[in-house]
Amino acid sequence: MTRQMTGAKMVVQALKDQGVDTVFGYPGGAVLPIYDEIFQQNDIKHVLVRHEQAALHAAEGYARSTGKVGVALVTSGPGATNAVTGLTDALLDSIPLVVFSGQVPTFMIGTDGFQEADTVGITRPCTKHNWLVKDTDTLSGTIHQAFHVATSGRPGPVLIDLPKDVQFAEGNYTAPAKINVSHYQPRVKASIEEINGIVDLLEKAERPVFYTGGGVINSGTGASQLLRELVDATGFPITSTLMGLGAYPASGKSWLGMLGMHGLYEANMAMHDCDLMINIGARFDDRITGRIQDFSPHSTKIHIDIDPSSINKVIRVDLPVIGDVGHVLEDVLKVWKSRGRKTADTSAWWKQIDEWREVRCLTYKNSDTIIKPQYALQRLQELTKGMDRYITTEVGQHQMWAAQFLGFEDPNRWMTSGGLGTMGYGFPASIGVQMAHPDSLVVNVAGEASWLMNMQEMGTAMQYRLPVKQFILNNERLGMVRQWQQLLHGERYSSSWSEALPDFVKLAEAFGAKGIQCSDPKDLDDAIMEMIEYDGPVIFDCLVEKHENCFPMIPSGKAHNEMLLGDASTEGAIKSDGAVLV
Amino acid sequence: MSALRIEKGSSSHSAYDLRDYHSEVIEKHTLAVLVDNEAGVLARVIGLFSGRGYNIESLTVAEVNHDSHLSRITVVTTGTRDVIEQIKAQVGRIVPVHEVHDLTVEGPSIERELALFKVQGTGNNRIEALRLAEIFRANVVDSTLESFVFEMTGPSEKIDAFADLMRPLGLVETARTGVAALARGGKG
Ligand SMILES: Cc1ncc(C[n+]2csc(CCOP(=O)(O)OP(=O)(O)O)c2C)c(N)n1
Ligand SMILES: [Mg+2]
Repeated sequence: MTRQMTGAKMVVQALKDQGVDTVFGYPGGAVLPIYDEIFQQNDIKHVLVRHEQAALHAAEGYARSTGKVGVALVTSGPGATNAVTGLTDALLDSIPLVVFSGQVPTFMIGTDGFQEADTVGITRPCTKHNWLVKDTDTLSGTIHQAFHVATSGRPGPVLIDLPKDVQFAEGNYTAPAKINVSHYQPRVKASIEEINGIVDLLEKAERPVFYTGGGVINSGTGASQLLRELVDATGFPITSTLMGLGAYPASGKSWLGMLGMHGLYEANMAMHDCDLMINIGARFDDRITGRIQDFSPHSTKIHIDIDPSSINKVIRVDLPVIGDVGHVLEDVLKVWKSRGRKTADTSAWWKQIDEWREVRCLTYKNSDTIIKPQYALQRLQELTKGMDRYITTEVGQHQMWAAQFLGFEDPNRWMTSGGLGTMGYGFPASIGVQMAHPDSLVVNVAGEASWLMNMQEMGTAMQYRLPVKQFILNNERLGMVRQWQQLLHGERYSSSWSEALPDFVKLAEAFGAKGIQCSDPKDLDDAIMEMIEYDGPVIFDCLVEKHENCFPMIPSGKAHNEMLLGDASTEGAIKSDGAVLV
Repeated sequence: MSALRIEKGSSSHSAYDLRDYHSEVIEKHTLAVLVDNEAGVLARVIGLFSGRGYNIESLTVAEVNHDSHLSRITVVTTGTRDVIEQIKAQVGRIVPVHEVHDLTVEGPSIERELALFKVQGTGNNRIEALRLAEIFRANVVDSTLESFVFEMTGPSEKIDAFADLMRPLGLVETARTGVAALARGGKG
């Protein structure tokens, strides 16, 4: 069925037909026709953010916590350029977003018109795909195609640039089912030879480890279920990247904790010494591998990934398997069971792992007088575990401590900027999460410096009565930068002080929200409970130890088995050639 | 643990995978990329090469199937085997890309380039230039009393060789199309 309507109406109609209920955006001249249509309907809720970057991060939080597509709407020129960080963030973390940007009318393109920017040019390298729509008749097809591309294969952000005359003009609207969604159909199932190859290796391995990533989360909750079944049935240890936390429960007996630069000792040592590595939906990021030449030198490596370009990009693997994690795990389980559920004896391997666990790498020196950031997160975990809880984070030490000390029992409960490491991500992301889950507890674990990068979103939180909890571990430092300067740059703390900080309690009150400050470990539990129980947005200013370092740490350019531990001497730990790495 | 070792490449595609991927040897490959002929598609492919630091030695593009709006991009690139594999995978996941063929490894192929050379000179140099052009089967497509424009098609190496010979004889300007290439045999 095709119907005549304006381009602006088509946008709203297509969103409804795609099942979208929430759009994060900010108006401007070039998108006024769309805002006019939004005004005249009630099916789609528009959330007015205070900065377009926040619209994108909110959409990411919405998407990551629901498994659905996040949608954002921005105006031309500065609206579109403000969206670039969010697009890049979503691209690196494989988050499905559909972003609409306004554009000057087609007849003005190329004239340096008011608020004209080459948006498709600027966003080409930071989207999975983008379109400039010049003809209203092609608009509905393009939107449906955009949803298909954002969600198929490896998910990612797409952008549709909409000149204002295309929004005003009438054209034919076509419903999603009628649209031929093109040749873009990435492979999701692996071949039977590949599945058999995986099972062969699973049956023989004596020192196996599952190394899982964000791909498991992206593959849907079913994939996490299958992963749990496989891990529990084989009894093999499992570790995960920052992006994959929650796919396997932190309380599970095979759980080793996160791996990587600030990962757990036992996880990194298991990666280094394993004889079989089963990479499921992770991409051998440099934060994971450490020094490439010494990465897991004795293992056979399986890599299951939906994106062929992830295979052999960084680490050469023995058995590459291109497919969707859920499909592949289902087939592996089926074949492994049908062949008699065989595994080799892994008891010696577990004994070794238990010895590594004895190191208790997360040990820190607690204090009666100063709140240690690790202690604050342990208390947050203790007081909120079992609750219907979602966590977002900013970027820095607090983010790594959150990954280490908070336990995730389910997928889609942990939203963090992994690939791009975007300070300013967590607060707007928490808004997106709370929009999707109005009755859940949503906590943004923040650093004071990151939090200031998108603090204008207090307005959004207040306007939409979103009771997001901003749990700021305030060390009055750009803590992660300061840690690197301490370890790498002779303790020359160049510009890593957070000077002239606001009074966070008064700031909260200025917006009409609640502010809580806590500096005494003895008051912490009560203060956290007060934060949780308050029905509205809270800024929690948790004054913590200023010069605490985040350990374990694999310094750049070192191997997994060269981790620095908290009580280890850190002097001269990083060779000067590691200093050039980021 | 050595019992677990499986032969490199025994699982995935074909015999090429048995070659040493970690080789540091720089190879030259010709890729044929079939794409939707839509706005910005060339920018996507080129942007990928520059953004990820890959080399482009030569690049040609034109629509080859008007009905289905398909264009063929032929790229000659260089890199280690690992890099070439990455390039193919990266290009292959661009949404409007339909197919990526590595003509260098997929079997015998023919590569042709067209070039125009302007050679200025009189006397013996002029005679010598004309004589060499005949040997190389280059056509004269323009001439004045002091100059020729030669047209030549052939593999890039032949064009390079001709250019080298023309240089001392008064070569003043060159235009080359870049490589167009097809696999040999009847299969499309
Ligand atoms: C937008 C952006 N700019 C700069 C950085 C580099 N950076 C990484 S962590 C960090 C310090 C973060 O400080 P804070 O938010 O207070 O967290 P802390 O490390 O103190 O816990 C900086 C500047 C970044 N990741 N993102
Ligand atoms: Mg800080």
